[in-house]
Parts: sequence; structure tokens; C-alpha cells
Amino acid sequence: MSDRSLAIRSFTDLANPTRFVALAGRLLPWLAGLTAVLFAVGLTLCFTTAADYQQGETVRIMYIHVPAAWLSMMGYSVMAASALGTLVWRHPLADVAAKCAAPIGAGFTALALITGSLWGKPMWGTWWVWDARLTSVFILFLMYLGLIALNRAMDDAGRAAKVSAVLILVGFVNIPIIKFSVDWWNTLHQPASVLRLGGSAIDPEFLRPLLVMALAFTCLFFTLHLAAMRTEIWRRRIAAMRRQAARGAASA
Amino acid sequence: MTALFLRDLKLATRAGGGALTGILFFLAVVAVVPFGLGPDLKLLARVGPAMLWIGALLASLLGLERLFQAEREDGALDVMLMQETPLVFTVFIKCLAHWTASGLPLVLVSPLLGLFLNMEPQAIGATMLTLLAGTPAITLIGAMGAAVAVALPRGGLLVSILVLPLVVPVLIFGVSAAYAAVEDPAPFLPPFLILIAITLFFAVIGPAAAAVALRAASE
Amino acid sequence: MPFRLRVDGLGASRGEDPIFREISLLLEAGGALLVTGRNGTGKSTFLRTLAGLYPADSGTILIEGGTDPTVPVRESLHYLGHRNAMKRDLTVAENLLFWSRFTQATDDVAEPIDATGKTVQALEAVGLGGLGGLPFGYLSAGQQRRAALARLLVAHRPVWLMDEPTAALDTASERMVEALIAGHRATGGIVIAATHQALDVPGAQMLTMAGFAVPA
Repeated sequence: MSDRSLAIRSFTDLANPTRFVALAGRLLPWLAGLTAVLFAVGLTLCFTTAADYQQGETVRIMYIHVPAAWLSMMGYSVMAASALGTLVWRHPLADVAAKCAAPIGAGFTALALITGSLWGKPMWGTWWVWDARLTSVFILFLMYLGLIALNRAMDDAGRAAKVSAVLILVGFVNIPIIKFSVDWWNTLHQPASVLRLGGSAIDPEFLRPLLVMALAFTCLFFTLHLAAMRTEIWRRRIAAMRRQAARGAASA
Repeated sequence: MTALFLRDLKLATRAGGGALTGILFFLAVVAVVPFGLGPDLKLLARVGPAMLWIGALLASLLGLERLFQAEREDGALDVMLMQETPLVFTVFIKCLAHWTASGLPLVLVSPLLGLFLNMEPQAIGATMLTLLAGTPAITLIGAMGAAVAVALPRGGLLVSILVLPLVVPVLIFGVSAAYAAVEDPAPFLPPFLILIAITLFFAVIGPAAAAVALRAASE
Repeated sequence: MPFRLRVDGLGASRGEDPIFREISLLLEAGGALLVTGRNGTGKSTFLRTLAGLYPADSGTILIEGGTDPTVPVRESLHYLGHRNAMKRDLTVAENLLFWSRFTQATDDVAEPIDATGKTVQALEAVGLGGLGGLPFGYLSAGQQRRAALARLLVAHRPVWLMDEPTAALDTASERMVEALIAGHRATGGIVIAATHQALDVPGAQMLTMAGFAVPA
């Protein structure tokens, strides 16, 4: 295939899975490289900056925990946007995007929960508190797992995509309600005894590594997402070929 | 439309229907609580509203899975999809019938179970009222899960897993309002009104989402 | 009333797999179409696509000369699928009454529908007169299929889509199905039936589904 045929001339060209796979193949090494560089810089910054006078060395967990938590929400937003693409524009790549974002988003959410728990032990003296944030993220994690399970349970990819798109969107609409209700519930049961993070202004000393790490995590997300989408397209091609082979044998 | 409502009520109450199973499940769940917590009457009175709510939540989810799956299995769903009645409306009526047959009885037996749990009359009344306002929301959210189950080769438990995170707000505000009625400083009305708001919100979102999912699933 | 059903260049696929493509046909009032073909060639999908239950890739389905052109085509159709769309726990009459009321969703007060009378008539037409009070689940497979056919009679729709209407029926009942089809056509209706049994439908167009064999 010549270079010119790979050029993306308009948004609709992106809809063509063949073009997408070719483009993804060209982008992936660069994106992966960028991710590696950002992680190298970010991790160096993480371990060279000063420790917090109050929290000590444990503050370094924040550089993993906070970006992971951000990405857990971005992952769901990517899924919601893709779900909209599936239902409204019937974009052939949108369902692939939504399906592939779920495990990655769930991974980041799990990372945020685990690092949060590791951070909570020295800070709060317990592995888990039913803090409003932790609880909301935990519910988000459950929603991710439910959607992954749903996708695995259905054999027809197109049907699975539409049905899960409905659920993703309803979940997306529901997230503010869940957040609000959990906040309500939390203030009812635990009147402001829990240390709240991010409430105070963060010193630039901590902010710089945090932002670099956030960027690195975002790049990692898109690298993984792109790779997963390419794999999924190939997987569907193989499935289609197998079905054709079965029918070819039947009519022979 | 009344025809659909009456048919679903008839189906739910005839031999094969699930209305009675839901109530029995509710009874069983609540009856098991004292065995887990011990027969401490004070403790039971304190956890009473929460237990009634969780029992009602699980019992509501139990019967929901079949809401559309049965229609699909015998082909009736295809015919319903082809009618001039908007599918959203059909779904809404089916939810209404389902709630009348299996949600309302749960609300009605809850005072009896409240007595078993040594709850005060005021707490029983408040719990019953919040259940009355909140269980329709569970049915309406669950309808979406039920519509998804139609597309699954084997629905079952997955529906509950998908629906439970979404009903967390209903549970929170239902239980908050029930407790607020008993514990003095907390106001009863705000959480109760929010609960009603959630129910109304899902009366719109739930059937619409379920209708989209049903169309997608029938392809 | 020059009522007719026009299908132009209809195509559908499963994923990236085409099931059928470029099917065009024109059925006048009183016309009939028999769809034949081996298993897996897409007979059922073709009917489901016509009924609007399966998304078409391309092509149009139009009913010309109907009263209101804005009404979706699917509302002029009766679809009889593989499954009977009847509840086992309700009686045959209850089932039919429900469908009669539900398929005529407009509760027209000026012109009340004699649903009960229609149900009795429909049951007699399919040879199940007097069985209306029995639960549907008690009937034999052939009787259940005939009760499902009665559903097409309790509410009038100009076009009938029938997927294997004679499944589980004996020879005498097959003749009855032929009579029902003839009766519907005589009143200006259109019948499209997918079948692999020889149905005697005089003057019917034939459509043989070949399926998409993949050149190896």
C-alpha cells in the first residue's frame, strides 16, 4: 500500500478500519516512545523532589495515585464518547474503542484503589476507609467490571457494542448522582474526620512531577488503547474469515 | 395499553409468575438477619430500616431479569417492537405492571417484617413510605438491565451486577430518609424529596435506555 | 386503491458478512411471494429485515397507496415468526384478546372493536373453535401454531410476513393455511411466506435465496 493511500483526508476516512490499522501501526512506536520518555522524566522527578514535611516519603505514592485516579475517570469518558459514537453515528470504530477502553480504564481504577489503600495505611492507619472519594471510585470500578463481564458474555460483537453503549451512557449520566449521593451519605456517617486530599494548594515542588506523571499516564492510556483497538479489529477480521470459511465449506 | 398492563399482572400472579417468589425471597432474607446478627433486639431495631431496604432491593432485582427475556423467548417481543405504540411507552407500562405485581407487595409486607425486627412504629412507617417512593426507581433502573439480559445467551446474575452500582443512590437516600424520621436532628424531607426526584428521573431515563437496548438486542 | 409493496435493492449483513444483497420486488394488492432456499441462506433474516426487526444495509421498503405515507412500514405488517408469541400460562382466548387490543393501539371510542367476537371467529377459522378457554400451554405443537395463525386474523394488517407458517402442521392444516392466505389475498392483502414445504399459492412470485457462497 502506498503512502498516499494511507493519508487521512477527512474524519470519515478514519472510519475505515483498514486505514485505522495502518495509521495505528505507524503511530504506535512513536507514542510508546513518548510514553517511555515521559515516564523516565516523571519517575526521576518523583524520586528527586523533597519529601513532604508532614507525610514523609509516602507522599511519593501520590505521583502514581492521583494520575491513576484521573485516568480512571478519563477512561470512562472515552467510553461514553465512543458509546455516543456507536448509538448516534453508528461509527464502526466507536464500538471497538468503547470495548477496548473498558479493561484499560478498569486497570487504572484498580491501580488508583490499590495505591490509595497503600497510602491510607500510613496516613490514616487503615487499609480502607469508606471515604466519599474512595467509595465513588470503588463503585466506578464495579461498573467497569460489570461492563467487561457484559462484553465477554455476548458472542455477537455488534449487538454487544450497542447494548453496552446504552449501559455506558446511563452509567455516565448516573456518575454525578452517585458522587452526590455518596458525598451525602459520607457526611451523614463520618462528619469530616477524614483527611481530605487536594483541598489545600499544592506546592509547585510537588506539582511538577505530578503533571509530568499525569501526562505520562495519559500517553500510556492512549498507547494501550490504540494497540488494543488494533488487536480487536484483527480479532474481528479473523472471526469474519472463520465464518466465511464455515459457509464456504457448507456450500461446496 | 391497559391490555398490556392487565396481561402482565395476570401473568405475574398465575402459577408460573414470579410475584410470590419475590415476596418469599424478601421474607427469607430478612428472616435470616437475626441469625447473623444475634437476637439483640436493640441492634435489630437499629439496623431494621437498612435490612428492609437491602432485602427489598435484592427481591426486586430477583424477578426483573425475566421482564423482557420471557417476551423474547416466545417471540412476543418481535411483535411489540413492530407496533405503533412507542416502545418506550410499552416498556414503561411493563415496568408499572411489574412493580404493581412484585414491588408493591414488598412495600405492603414490610411493616410485618419491621415488627420482627423490633422497629418502632415511626420507623416502620418511614421505611414503608421510603420503600413506596424508592422501589419504582429500582424497577425502572432494573428494566434497563433486563433489556440487556435479552441480548445475553444466559442472562442471570450479570444483570444484578450491572444494576447494583446504579441503584446505590436510591439505597442511600431511601435509608437516609428512613433513619432521619427516627433520629431527631436529621431532617426527613430533603433525602425523601431527592429519593422521589431520582425515581422520576429514572422514569424517563430507564424506559428510554431499555427501549434502545431492546431494539439493539433484537437485531 | 392501488395498494402495493415495493422493495428496492434491499441488502443486509451480519457484521462484515453479507447475508443477501440487491433484492428488489413489487407486490400488488392481492399478490403473494414465496421465499424458498436452503437452511442458512437468509430467508428468516430477509423477513425480519422487511419487518424492520433487522437493520438493512441498503435499499428501501415502501408501501404505496396506503392511507398515510408517514406511518412506518412495520405498522402495516403482521409478522409470524418461528415462535408463536403466545403465553403458555394464559388461555388461548386471553392471548388473542391481548394481541387484538395491543395491535390496535388506538382505543377508538367511535368505532369499538368487537375483540371477543373476532377472537371466536379467528379461532373457528383455524379450526380451534371451542378451545379458547384452554391455557395455551396445554395445546399440542400443531394446535399452538394454528392459534398463532389466528393472531393474524384478530387485527387487520394489509401485509402478512410468515416465517415457516406450516411448521408442526399436518397436511389438513397446511390446506387450512393455504385457505387463510387465499382469503387474505382475496380482500386485497399481500402475503410473503418463507417456506421449504410446497405450499399451493396460485400466482405467487418466487424468490429463491441462494446465499453468499464464498469462492474458495
